[in-house]
Amino acid sequence: MSELRLNVNGGEHVLEAPVGTSLAHVLREQLGLTGTKVACNEGHCGACTVQIDGVPRLSCITLAHTVEGEVTTIEGLREHPLVDAFVRADAVQCGYCTPGQVVSAAALVAANPHPTREEIRHAMAGNICRCGTYPKIEEAILSWQG
Amino acid sequence: MARLIRTEKEVEGRFEEVWIVVEEDPLEQWPEGPLEVVGKPAPRKDGHERVRGEARYTADLKLPGMLHAAVLRSPHAHAKVKRIDLAPALALPGVRAAIGPGEAHGLEEEAGFSGAAVAAVAADTFGQARAAVEAIEIEWEELEVVLDPDEAVKRELLTAEPRAYERGDVEKAFAQADVVVEATYRTQTVLHNSMETHQAVCEWQGDTLHVYISTQFIWGIRQAVADTLGLPEDKVRVVCEYMGGGFGSKNGPDEYTYVAAELAKRTGRPVRCALTRREEHTSAGNRNSTIQRLRAGAKSDGTIVAFDGEFTNSVGWSGWNASTEGPMKMLYDCENVRTVTYGAQLNTPPMKAFRAPGFVEGTFGLECLVDELAARLDIDPLELRRRNYAGSNDGTPFSSKNLEDCYRRAEPHWERRHDVRASSDAVWKRGVGMASQIWYGGGGPPSYAWVRLGSDGRATVITAMQDIGTGTRTAMAQIAAEELGIQLEHVDVVLGDSARGPYASISAGSSTLPSMGPAVRAAAADAREQVEDIAEQRGMPKDTPLQEIVAVLEESQILGKGARGPNPTGMSVLTFGVHVVEVAVDVETGEVVVERVAAIHDVGRIVNPLGASSQVEGGIIQGVGHTFSEERLLDPETGRVLTTSLDTYRMPTIADVPEIICEFVDRPDEHLTNLGSKGLGEPPIVPVAAAIGNAIRDATGADVRELPISREEMLRALREAEERKQAREKAKRGAPAAV
Repeated sequence: MSELRLNVNGGEHVLEAPVGTSLAHVLREQLGLTGTKVACNEGHCGACTVQIDGVPRLSCITLAHTVEGEVTTIEGLREHPLVDAFVRADAVQCGYCTPGQVVSAAALVAANPHPTREEIRHAMAGNICRCGTYPKIEEAILSWQG
Repeated sequence: MARLIRTEKEVEGRFEEVWIVVEEDPLEQWPEGPLEVVGKPAPRKDGHERVRGEARYTADLKLPGMLHAAVLRSPHAHAKVKRIDLAPALALPGVRAAIGPGEAHGLEEEAGFSGAAVAAVAADTFGQARAAVEAIEIEWEELEVVLDPDEAVKRELLTAEPRAYERGDVEKAFAQADVVVEATYRTQTVLHNSMETHQAVCEWQGDTLHVYISTQFIWGIRQAVADTLGLPEDKVRVVCEYMGGGFGSKNGPDEYTYVAAELAKRTGRPVRCALTRREEHTSAGNRNSTIQRLRAGAKSDGTIVAFDGEFTNSVGWSGWNASTEGPMKMLYDCENVRTVTYGAQLNTPPMKAFRAPGFVEGTFGLECLVDELAARLDIDPLELRRRNYAGSNDGTPFSSKNLEDCYRRAEPHWERRHDVRASSDAVWKRGVGMASQIWYGGGGPPSYAWVRLGSDGRATVITAMQDIGTGTRTAMAQIAAEELGIQLEHVDVVLGDSARGPYASISAGSSTLPSMGPAVRAAAADAREQVEDIAEQRGMPKDTPLQEIVAVLEESQILGKGARGPNPTGMSVLTFGVHVVEVAVDVETGEVVVERVAAIHDVGRIVNPLGASSQVEGGIIQGVGHTFSEERLLDPETGRVLTTSLDTYRMPTIADVPEIICEFVDRPDEHLTNLGSKGLGEPPIVPVAAAIGNAIRDATGADVRELPISREEMLRALREAEERKQAREKAKRGAPAAV
């Protein structure tokens, strides 16, 4: 066990976890933030995406003890206009990948409020959706400001 | 009145004769077209919960004292356990229990494929359980491995008797045909890869087993677990409020459920057993590969006179023999058809239903063959389909069929082919192809729903159904709101728990809406009739808003109940559609880009056009993955899965999506239930690969015969087309006298 300090969604946490524990595990198991999903647990699918200092990161392959910046999970983005945009556009089917999609999309629109379709495709290609909500995700991001 | 009937029940194209108690369905269908709520686009009722990460999936469940299980799986494709010692595992920190072959259903001494479950451990953490599994001492006796489907068929290593079908006189018809085409098509093994892996959390409370599970069929789990464990069904409670995708792979309980139940019993604590992504790739089912040796014969006027097909499904160690021959038997009006379908038993992971099992594969073969025939006959592919339009299913009338309407709506998309071809250059060749879709999707009884109405005029639909991500909550709320004449916002839907609602059918075989929708409408109608009685007693006119009528009820509630009525007798209930696809082929590298897909489907009444378009897009995108990038590869020597992660098993991303145009005939099936709706989950994936293959032929003249259409397959087909062309030109030059 080793001490771990994390800033998550604006709150400070001092925790104990074995060195080698993934950020996703700490978020889900120790902080109860289950909005971050784990689907492959090896950095291939994007379901576990969180932001660290505004940049999308795969929390399942990020070691918790290496995190220095501010972590933002879906729980910290629940009031983001993208949430309504996703619901409006029906950019959700089973919903398991969706929180990760929103976290990635929020980072995109923060850096580029009016992304083109090409830019959306480029930024979102790391988030797999097996249900195939991609066209609706594109619509949601294009219309995120309502 | 309830009536006991003997009826044919269909799920995923499999039929069985069953006794069912059905209730009459006295409601008349609503008129065609969009109504107040039904037929209008509705965002998901549970959209915010899912998008905000509040929805609780099985994977998110954390019960007090919960242990984690890990499963030991066979590395060998075929082997028998000679000796197993669980003691070293039990000695490790955190380990609470370990079980071996025979100690839970699904843990077996003989492993028939690499990835078969053998033993399991429960520990305080998943990491401890995994470490303990590694410590189990095991000696194997390796057995003969059979991986080749043709060899298995030759040696009669089959999962079931070959399925043979014949109508008319096929040989005679071929002898009289003007043109005969013959080709062998192959399709690969693909993996469902639901984002939430297969998993269950089991907990015993007294003599009741609580099963929290990611499933497509709450009541099927309840029945199977009760049967297997020798429990009364009411002693098994099954919960699935949200689930992260299934696509056919989560229709029943598997070893993980029984492992969790047994370890929970032994430890007295709740146990989670969740597959890892890698286990998902070896042990959670697949769409089996197929070999299709096909022949078609036609008269020069385009009348198809004969079809002949020999189909081999690589079923794997267990599973069932899907109807790969189905489209050949049903899609066209052809008097002479002969098929035989073999289910090869191999030392490979077992198949499971995957979004229109059999028909996706069979449609690729059949619809590509029909276009090869069209090319030989020099008849327009759309025209050839119209000339061979089936008016009945081998004599049985269709409850409804509007495929001709789909073809008519396809015309403007089909007309684009002249411009699309003309946009080709020296390297990128462009073309347009089409394929038709036929599949089941009528659903059936039994399914039940309750509607609870309070004095605030809000209604709750209660049924122990699952919403696998298709929008079940939303569609059911729309139907209830329409029938009750209240706003969609005033209807909630409670589902996902066998202890909190009546029996609900499986969410597979495109059956959720056609099975449950009519029951929800019947329950809402029952409630509405009670409200009308109250209005009459209060002397209120019939058109008084429901809120005003029920306002005096205070704590009283109105409870409506409804059941799914029978399917029409003596009729075939099927779904139809057509896709028109535009592709660009780089003839130097073999790269293929799908640029546009127009999908027109005939699935009866559309309840939620927004959710329906999502289903179509999702099916097409999965079909694009099936066509180009997805393939589960095995080591040809050992039978081990090589593609165990998502960097080697490549699913479509947002960057792979073509332009998609989605249209519906949207005409209620007048013979099917009080709703007239069929299912839409599966139809949109069915014609995708064939339409792409046909577009490639239109663009390049090349006949692709294998899925996935890899660069190698594309270049092979292009070479073959070039050789054919040169041979033709040589023959022309060398034999000027030939007519």
